Amino acid sequence: MTASTLQRPQSSGTDDAAQLKPKRRITGGGLLHAYTWLIIGWLIVPIAVMIAFGFNDTPGRYNQTWDGFTFKWYGRLFEYSDLTSALITSLVIAVVSALLAGALGTGIGYALGRYRFTGSGSLNLIMFATMSSPELIMGASLLSLFVSAGAGLGPVTITIAHVMFSISFVAVVVRARVMTLDRSIEEAASDLGATGWVTFWKVTFPIILPAVFSGVLLAFALSIDDFIVTAFTAGTTKTFPLWIWGATRVGIPPQVNVMGTLIFAIGVLGAVIANIRSSRQGKRA
Amino acid sequence: MNRVKRQIAPYLLVLPGGIWLLIFFAVPMVAMLSLSLQEGDIVHGYQFTGHWQTYTEAISAYQTQIYRSLIYGAITTIVLIAMAFPIAFWIAFYGGRRKSTYLFLVLLPFFVSFVLRTISWRQILTDEGPLLSPLRDAGLIGQSFHILGTPFAVIGGLVYNFLPFMVLPIYVALERIDPRVVEAARDLYANPITTFRRVIFPLALPGVFAGVLMTFVPASSDFVNSEVLGSSDTTMIGQVIQAQFLDNSDYPTASALSFVLMLVLLIGVFTYARILGTEDVMKVAAR
Repeated sequence: MTASTLQRPQSSGTDDAAQLKPKRRITGGGLLHAYTWLIIGWLIVPIAVMIAFGFNDTPGRYNQTWDGFTFKWYGRLFEYSDLTSALITSLVIAVVSALLAGALGTGIGYALGRYRFTGSGSLNLIMFATMSSPELIMGASLLSLFVSAGAGLGPVTITIAHVMFSISFVAVVVRARVMTLDRSIEEAASDLGATGWVTFWKVTFPIILPAVFSGVLLAFALSIDDFIVTAFTAGTTKTFPLWIWGATRVGIPPQVNVMGTLIFAIGVLGAVIANIRSSRQGKRA
Repeated sequence: MNRVKRQIAPYLLVLPGGIWLLIFFAVPMVAMLSLSLQEGDIVHGYQFTGHWQTYTEAISAYQTQIYRSLIYGAITTIVLIAMAFPIAFWIAFYGGRRKSTYLFLVLLPFFVSFVLRTISWRQILTDEGPLLSPLRDAGLIGQSFHILGTPFAVIGGLVYNFLPFMVLPIYVALERIDPRVVEAARDLYANPITTFRRVIFPLALPGVFAGVLMTFVPASSDFVNSEVLGSSDTTMIGQVIQAQFLDNSDYPTASALSFVLMLVLLIGVFTYARILGTEDVMKVAAR
């Protein structure tokens, strides 16, 4: 969600804001500014606590009170093999489901953005339904299906579920790009003798590729963070969030904080790089 | 030939994803409905008997939790509107060149796992934690003062976890406002308050509605916040459904409850879609 937010250059934004600024902006604007920062601070508090307790020199798994600063958990990151394998399971499922949802969602998004066809209304409605349905219901109904069909729960059923709830997000992102596509470029290609197939792969696809890419990233992020649907479709398989959930009663070791910190750092870094790259491209264009 | 190709092309593109959604989104709903009308147990298997009494039994057994979930969801949503609107307004109108930076900061919690964020709040709010123990030592709060286990903690957690889902749609709606419309209001001698009330707020309403949809549905069906931050006095319907499905394997009761919850929420969702369309929510989701 974040990556694509950042990638949208808001070129007209500054001018609009300049025109909108009321003359007495110091009072109202200043207060709102302070308020915005206050809320941002509040949003960051639990993140800061999570990061800090990854540096806590706690004697055991009970990582609740501050016992001094240490780097040792970063060196002993993979001490709990079941935690490590849960993280790997999460990563594998996220990659596979993001690629699958990327392929299926791009097909839907391209068709919806490019063609008018009967059934597109119902397709829109089912996409809207998957995006606004409570995860609890999607998880519960998938479990009902798998139980009724006698299917064993595990990584495969988790992946099926993750693809299901990611498809619509990818489709919407791709559709938005396809709809703003300049058709005259494709016409130019066919005027120059390119067949439809060549035009698609040489002209259209490279243009929509960034949207496909952010759709896949979004699907990856949705998958790796998912807890609720996964809880229903996992059986005895443990993903990273499920392992943490299971460990709440026996104590969450600092390694979890370290892994959370690293995932946070990688995600933020990736988003910042994507933002810088897209703003550079925006300037060049 | 080319015309035929153009006519079948969209269907070929849509087919794989469409079938996936049909089998793993629509069909499971039917499976759940069927399961809620079956009788039996996990050992001997289930038989379809059309035993609709499961519904009345489940509703009467858990009506407290159903009402509580809807009330918590409603309070969360109202608090979120009040909290998110000023932020969205400030970013949209005063953010200038830093708009996307501020949005990014609002979205920061999404980079931490949902479960981990909520557990982090428990660590902060616990009785011996960094917030309450200094206050207690200073004598500002009594020995019996708790935050964890109360509705405040649960609703606070819900507000925390869903705030970005309210800020984003309101921001998108405000961003779309043509600055000339606001200027026109000022040219016609509307003061800032009137401009806000008569021009900006009505134009932001679609965003508010999209935000309500995107927060009320997940908040009222959540089971993580009340499990981690609440107590037996704050049990929500999501926890009941989760426990019946995963711990007790009482599938008929669990599916019946899920179906009731889904009907309540989906009636709201589809009324929304009929009246306001699906575009606002999809646009926000695309960001």
